[in-house]
Amino acid sequence: MSGLFAGFYSILSWIGSIVDPFCGPVGVFRWLAPGTLLACGDTGWGDDIAYGFVVTASLAIATLPVGLLIGFFIALGKQSEERTIRLAANIYTTIFRGLPELLTLFIVYYGLQILVQQLLATLGYEGPVEINAFFAGMIALGVVFSAYCSEVLLSAFKAIPHGQYEAGDALGLHRGRTMRLIILPQLVRIALPGLGNLWMALLKDTALVSVVGLTDILRQTGVAARVTKQAFEFYGVACVLFLILAMISSIVFANLERWTKRAEMGR
Amino acid sequence: MSTVATMIPPQAPPPVPPRPYTLTRFVGSVALGVWLALGVGIFLTVVNGWDPEKFAKYGPRFLSGLGVTLMLVSISIVLGALLSLPIAFARMSKNKLWSWLAYGYVYFFRGTPLLAQLFLIYYGLGSFRPQLETVGLWWFFRDAWNCALFAFTLNTAAYQAEILRGAIGSVPRGQREGAAALGLPERVAFWKIILPQAMIVALRPYGNEIILMIKGSAIVAIVTVFDLMGETRYAFSRTFDFQMYIWAAILYLIMVEILRNIWSMLEARLTRHLKR
Repeated sequence: MSGLFAGFYSILSWIGSIVDPFCGPVGVFRWLAPGTLLACGDTGWGDDIAYGFVVTASLAIATLPVGLLIGFFIALGKQSEERTIRLAANIYTTIFRGLPELLTLFIVYYGLQILVQQLLATLGYEGPVEINAFFAGMIALGVVFSAYCSEVLLSAFKAIPHGQYEAGDALGLHRGRTMRLIILPQLVRIALPGLGNLWMALLKDTALVSVVGLTDILRQTGVAARVTKQAFEFYGVACVLFLILAMISSIVFANLERWTKRAEMGR
Repeated sequence: MSTVATMIPPQAPPPVPPRPYTLTRFVGSVALGVWLALGVGIFLTVVNGWDPEKFAKYGPRFLSGLGVTLMLVSISIVLGALLSLPIAFARMSKNKLWSWLAYGYVYFFRGTPLLAQLFLIYYGLGSFRPQLETVGLWWFFRDAWNCALFAFTLNTAAYQAEILRGAIGSVPRGQREGAAALGLPERVAFWKIILPQAMIVALRPYGNEIILMIKGSAIVAIVTVFDLMGETRYAFSRTFDFQMYIWAAILYLIMVEILRNIWSMLEARLTRHLKR
């Protein structure tokens, strides 16, 4: 079984190396920068930076569902009829929108470390505990994202007329099905521009996780800058890579928006 | 024939049926309970771990860090506001070259992380030391504080230019035409008619931008500026006391909340003629 997985994984990584836009056979760094500092392999930093690019993108992509899910439930809580739920949800957003992302990250990173250490100490394990920077970043950024996301979703919820819920009731749909079949499709359409902005902010916030040692774009270019003493060039490359990520996402979001509005096209 | 001889005596209304204990109420109590427990826990750790020595040693440092943060944010917001005016006008100008240049500036500073911009200026310009020395600007870029101020100003100028442009664009055309019909010169029309109306629209985004800057300013700690976050990291690295982060979090929360309340008061005051 494990052999099957290993084979599968090697096939995947082979496909990845073929279509790799940086260091693959048709990669940018391989064709445009051979012999320079950005070359691939042992002579340059191209492959390291490409790895950082993948880490940044995957951190943002991994954070998105976490943040969206928490944010959705916080938004539901904010419009609940129960006062305690509303209060709890409002405390959540006040705290995580008010704290600097960097501080949230440190609190999660060091706080989790201390918590896990104490927990393990009670279980009888004494030793250094290191929290994965990727995991800590995912939690911290997801929490911050969800706080902002709940505000966007809340205003989208308010934009949906009450008659839509009543229509669901009239059709005899269960509350969950009303949400899934009637409300959510409209919610996505209304909230998408706001969510696009939040995604851009999330992409930029991933740079902060380099501070706790995640090997993302900024970390890798920073290491390269320190070793080669060519800081301006490497940080410039980092900025360009972030711009590329932003451009790709704006194209994707434009297409998504067109897709969600396809029903309105004819009018 | 019968008449009503006695009235029915007044009775108390039937008792309110007790609210059913639903799942929602349970979830609400649990959620609030979690916050309460967290609050009490934090309070207890602060009380238990209270150390007058530490407080005397790091308290003043925290205050000075707070001052550095506030100063950095306020100076860069003001300078950024000044810089954003020409950028916003270039962005709105009919000249393609100017508008594209301004668009590129705004796109770069809004599309890349503030941390990367800060590194680009602090470490990146550091590698141009000979050139900067010949121009006589090295003294400025040698200091991390100046670099942070410079990066923040450029960054917030890009955001503020977009806010300004959006707000000016939101003023209806008729206002401009009305001013023209009254024979007002364009300059007067802009300052007296367009800008005041644009500022009402721009007020909320400006507040958000200031809050974002306060939060974003925490990253200067990474380039060795001792702002609130820098002092916190310093104190934590000395004491390994997690309370330091809690103190910083409380200070940041207070700052942001005060600003948010001031801003909602300002908004209520400035839009009082729009209320019915």
